[in-house]
Amino acid sequence: MTPDDPTTTPRRNFLKCMTWAGSAMVWTVAGGIPRAHIVGQAEAAATGFTFAQVSDSHLGFDKPVNTDVTGTFQAALTQVTGAAVKPSFLIHTGDITHLSKPAQFDDAARLLGATGLDVHTVPGEHDILEDDRKSYLNHYGKGTRGDGWYSFDQQGIHFIGLVNVVNLQGNGLGDLGPEQLEWLERDLKGRSASTPIVVFAHVPLWIVNQDWGWGTSDGAQALGYLKRFGSVTVLNGHIHQVMQKVEGHVAFHTARSTAFPQGVPGVAKGPGPMMVPAGALRTYLGTTKVSLVTPGAPLAIVDTPLMG
Amino acid sequence: MRTLTRLGVMAACLLAPLAARSGDGPAIGIDNFTFAPGTLTIAPGTEVTWTNHDDIPHSIVVTGTSIRSKALDTDQTFAWRFDQAGTFTYICGLHPQMHGQIVVK
Repeated sequence: MTPDDPTTTPRRNFLKCMTWAGSAMVWTVAGGIPRAHIVGQAEAAATGFTFAQVSDSHLGFDKPVNTDVTGTFQAALTQVTGAAVKPSFLIHTGDITHLSKPAQFDDAARLLGATGLDVHTVPGEHDILEDDRKSYLNHYGKGTRGDGWYSFDQQGIHFIGLVNVVNLQGNGLGDLGPEQLEWLERDLKGRSASTPIVVFAHVPLWIVNQDWGWGTSDGAQALGYLKRFGSVTVLNGHIHQVMQKVEGHVAFHTARSTAFPQGVPGVAKGPGPMMVPAGALRTYLGTTKVSLVTPGAPLAIVDTPLMG
Repeated sequence: MRTLTRLGVMAACLLAPLAARSGDGPAIGIDNFTFAPGTLTIAPGTEVTWTNHDDIPHSIVVTGTSIRSKALDTDQTFAWRFDQAGTFTYICGLHPQMHGQIVVK
């Protein structure tokens, strides 16, 4: 077995996905056999490298479903920084603001800055509404390419932030575009297939619900470049609820919003904010923690609601 | 075309009271990620007003033209006067699966 042999090394890097349940319900895919068990939240973060994901903070949103999105975003960040093991950094998967207003970006900078964590972001469609769609880049574009895509390495993991909210197509799906796809192909070229990959973008890279625009039209092309890698974790937001699936070596995962829930496909009439019973809002909001429990072991994903 | 015209007349009749309240011309509402009416037929020189009733912002992008609204927050409006005859399709710039059509004749 060689380190670069994708047919044999995935076992080392195989993914663990966890769904929330106060403490976490874990399902592990190893040797192709899914297994589930319950763990306390601390377990996944007890050793190794951990980073956190927050999403869809929609700062500036003030509708009845949540009139205090600043408060719930703050609660989410407190949950992240208050964890037993502080994460190495924070990823925000877009819709940082609701309307791309300067005051909303300022609030985001203040709240994110107070965590003391390095923050890596990608834009949501709500972050590019002003300044000829440059509002996001004016705040978070430094060191990125194109509309804000980039990659970096940490702890032996290769992280890739993609932008799929610019030039949306008539079908309503997210779009990466040829320039970004070419960059991605070059970025991955020559990397060892045993390198764990984490891709993060706002709109899900896979098709969750085409009618609602919950997917990326050219996401399959990006995933084609990733398929030779033994461990790929794709983290998205946009849909304000946890969804996950595993396809080959790729684990797809969407995070909760910190602002408001959205309807469930097949149940709700449309993809807008979903009113929930008073007092229950925080059970629909939350954060995500991703851990490399031990080097070479699966990445673990734990979703934790703000309440319940 | 006859169907379109009939729809347009129906839409105009239905919208007349709304239009009277909002001022100059016919109104298009945005509710639950849908433009209503989906097709509107107007005479050249008519101003159309879109109003967003959703809790999520939407925008108006008229395909093949430079007509483009800013993002409309809840209850915000965008108005445009269509002087040239023709059929104009438009989408929401944030949710392009939302389609509508203005027939000017």
